[in-house]
Amino acid sequence: MFSGPQIASMMLDLGVTHVVTVPDSTIGAWGDAMEGIPGLEVIRVCREGEAWAIAGGLYLGGATPLVLIQCTGLFESGDALRNIVHDWKLPIPSMIGYRSYLDQSVLPGDTCLTFTEPILDAWRLPYRLITAPTQLDEVRTFLAAARQAAQPAVALIAEGRA
Amino acid sequence: MPMREAVATLRDARGPKDIVIPSMGSAREWMALGPVHDLDFILVPSAMGHATSVGLGLALAQPDRRVIVLSGDGSLLMNLGSLVTISAESPANLVIVVFVNGVYEVTGAQVTPGPETVPVDYAALARASGIQSVFRWSSLDDWRSGIDSALGAVGPTLVVLDVAPVPGAAGPRSPGPTGERVKRFMAAVGVNPIPPVSS
Repeated sequence: MFSGPQIASMMLDLGVTHVVTVPDSTIGAWGDAMEGIPGLEVIRVCREGEAWAIAGGLYLGGATPLVLIQCTGLFESGDALRNIVHDWKLPIPSMIGYRSYLDQSVLPGDTCLTFTEPILDAWRLPYRLITAPTQLDEVRTFLAAARQAAQPAVALIAEGRA
Repeated sequence: MPMREAVATLRDARGPKDIVIPSMGSAREWMALGPVHDLDFILVPSAMGHATSVGLGLALAQPDRRVIVLSGDGSLLMNLGSLVTISAESPANLVIVVFVNGVYEVTGAQVTPGPETVPVDYAALARASGIQSVFRWSSLDDWRSGIDSALGAVGPTLVVLDVAPVPGAAGPRSPGPTGERVKRFMAAVGVNPIPPVSS
């Protein structure tokens, strides 16, 4: 979908200081590309719920975090994102990989396709579905607008394989 | 040791620039002991077990301040992986204080999971996760004697305190609207909410 350098460049454009992440086969390469870039820290966590809480602490301390996880990790994140985004009203942006959206050959009937968008709706997270490499500017504009409005936002990135 | 006195010892020792994050039962005790400091982030309401992670984020964003997290053993069990994440990030300014009473106190003192014969060794878990500054005290006198060494250690630091459950203790009450508390806390830290992207 996007290359690591493309995502790293976008993070810097958006003023992101910390990317809090659990990798998958797509977004893992992005995290690797962001390692060592001045002004951008990659925090690798053990489980996705941690990511929202760490991002919340970073925000309270004046940093600009972004959560980068797969949709399976979104399912794991419920209590943590409820607390950080809704109880504490912290506008944490995220990029979430949408497993199997473009190709179900590896996992036919992958239930990620059944539950991802309803779960985002249930957690009242505004999201933008991104399905083509030509949409990088759309991601940038969407996340920048959310930041301007101090609102949470999810760039939901279609993935081609499990 | 008695929980309230253990918490009071920490209240007395915290520095004026320290950020303190009490949660669950420790938040109840912290608030019962007097007015909260502007740099207290009372994590009520909370998500299950995430005080350590919120503290890690704050410690990374505010490296010139000591960040002290108050957690229970039940809460830590819900987020044990955070010990590994904390070790990996290794913020020298982060202190985690774990009050170990063996029960989920705020829900009625149900026992926490663990083997029947040997209590869970949280200090050993921290060391095995790579955290090198680890302390454990079971008596109030020892905690009072040792607290300066714990708070002065190069972090990340984990302090295990064996405390007695508080019979009939309730969960902590929220001290006020979260949005206002966030604004007050960030003002006390000296930061503004994320500024708009320049375009």
